[in-house]
Amino acid sequence: MTVGPSETDAMSSADTGIGWMARDAWTEAKRHLRIIPRNPELVAFAVVQPIMFTVLFVYVFGGAIEIPGFDDYNQFLLPGIMAQTLTFGSAGTSIGLADDLQKGLIDRFRSMPMSQPAVIIGRTVADLVKNSVSFLVMLIVAFAVGFRFEGSLLEALAATLLLLLFAYALSWIHALIGLSVKSVEAANSGGFLWMFPMTFVSSAFVDPSSMPDWLEPVANGNPFTKIVNASRALYNGNPAGSLPWQSLAWSVGIIAVFAALSFRKFERASR
Amino acid sequence: MVSPPDSVTRMHAIETVGLTKLYGETKALDGLDLTMAPGSILGVLGPNGAGKTTAVKLLTTLTKPTAGKAFVEGIDVTAKPHEVRSRIGLTGQYAAVEDRLTGRENLEHVGRLFHMPHSVPKHRAAELLTRFDLVEPADRVVKGYSGGMRRRLDIAMSLIARPSVLFLDEPTTGLDPRSRLAMWELIEELGADGTTTFLTTQYLDEAEALADSIAVIDQGRVIAEGTADQLKDRIGGDRLIVTIATMSNLERAKGALSSMATGPIEISATLPELVVPIRPGDRVVPNAIRALDDCACDVIDVELRRPSLDDVFLTITGSSPDDFSATEGAA
Repeated sequence: MTVGPSETDAMSSADTGIGWMARDAWTEAKRHLRIIPRNPELVAFAVVQPIMFTVLFVYVFGGAIEIPGFDDYNQFLLPGIMAQTLTFGSAGTSIGLADDLQKGLIDRFRSMPMSQPAVIIGRTVADLVKNSVSFLVMLIVAFAVGFRFEGSLLEALAATLLLLLFAYALSWIHALIGLSVKSVEAANSGGFLWMFPMTFVSSAFVDPSSMPDWLEPVANGNPFTKIVNASRALYNGNPAGSLPWQSLAWSVGIIAVFAALSFRKFERASR
Repeated sequence: MVSPPDSVTRMHAIETVGLTKLYGETKALDGLDLTMAPGSILGVLGPNGAGKTTAVKLLTTLTKPTAGKAFVEGIDVTAKPHEVRSRIGLTGQYAAVEDRLTGRENLEHVGRLFHMPHSVPKHRAAELLTRFDLVEPADRVVKGYSGGMRRRLDIAMSLIARPSVLFLDEPTTGLDPRSRLAMWELIEELGADGTTTFLTTQYLDEAEALADSIAVIDQGRVIAEGTADQLKDRIGGDRLIVTIATMSNLERAKGALSSMATGPIEISATLPELVVPIRPGDRVVPNAIRALDDCACDVIDVELRRPSLDDVFLTITGSSPDDFSATEGAA
């Protein structure tokens, strides 16, 4: 018999249906969320890390760094720390997927008539939920050390959503990493490696104009800088210009590209 | 969902035609031709790297073939993976279970992913827990399960949607002898229920105990197939392992034993030892000892041995499986 090109696609129409995909993704997300309370060490780390970062940066660098235009370094710094903490939080996706792959769970799912993208979507959604909780903890600590929303509540909400969306977008980069490496350990180091230059060569902690001439344009072009600047402007009630839209475009673009790459990788992923 | 079978022969549960898979330069499968009757257990027997796992991966839609065709219940696995997936259950070499969920939660989770109506996963999970002797640990997290319990749960998860074909990839590898026997019983029960089972194994005794028919594969090809008895006939029945006092007498001993051998006698290169294929029967051992006595070869030991996978390989390929394993990491 002859087989048309559409039939040779690895996914038939049945497993790309949106309804099934949403349902399977939610079933998978629930699996991940359900095990969080059973892993108290992880919960503790997830709570302690944002607290530690906030306190360390505020009290170690807070007195030493002055930023033109900001009376209080905290108002400058905290949006940067929030963005960095969320970024590090997104690394859970690469570790989680690498672990599922190692355990053979991905093989099981791939041999089942479930929606295939749902496996990755469920994972990223669960990580977004985790990251949101971690963000809430951070916000409380930030307020405790004197951080305030200087703009409207709507602006603060917009800033928060931009940060969470960016973290969600990064989860998709981590999804590709998690499906590409051979071990959980590799996912861990490979997942963290690029996040250090991305978060530090940016406007998160210092003004890029204080950096060497060759580094400054890198920091200014860094999408992380756009996200930080957008949320910083919105939290402080400063004019944000097109920054929120640029941030949104970056996040949506990252999701589009890395979701496509991850789905393709998933088609071949096997332990 | 039901479409006409793609394969001409619709009575096969599994059929592969010239199935070939290359990983770079390595040929994991090299023209595998297999057929399997519904309701039977096929034992796919071969050493590490023979291509057993690759065959399972291709048949369960995890990888695509480089060439050739594979059908599950007449459905082309490459053209209609989704349809194949709704007919199969896969238990891979490593128990694919979520450590931090309980056994019951694992089963219900997989049931939900099969889109079963709302209350079905719960009932089905309870049923399988009972059947697989997992009622007592059912509500404990899997992390604390023994190896045997994990494997049983793994197989139960593969059966939740009542697949028509079950794939078991080396289900007893790494299990202690007791769990191994328990697993054998379980697979026998599945066979008695009429579950079509594609079972890969490295052990001839396992294939013999469980499978209705056996396909011996090596270097990605089927090198022998049939029932255990047919294979043993082909190997020439049992083996007599004879150890004599001195290497220099080996040829003479070989001559003395040649009349009772059913196939070529193997002589070790380093030990004063001969492996004689024989047909089991009356007085084989005393006759051998007498023959060796007559030729004045000092006998140290005579041992009657059932054929092993090694013997199958020695007979069919002329070399031991160890000589060409381990090059195919992927298989």
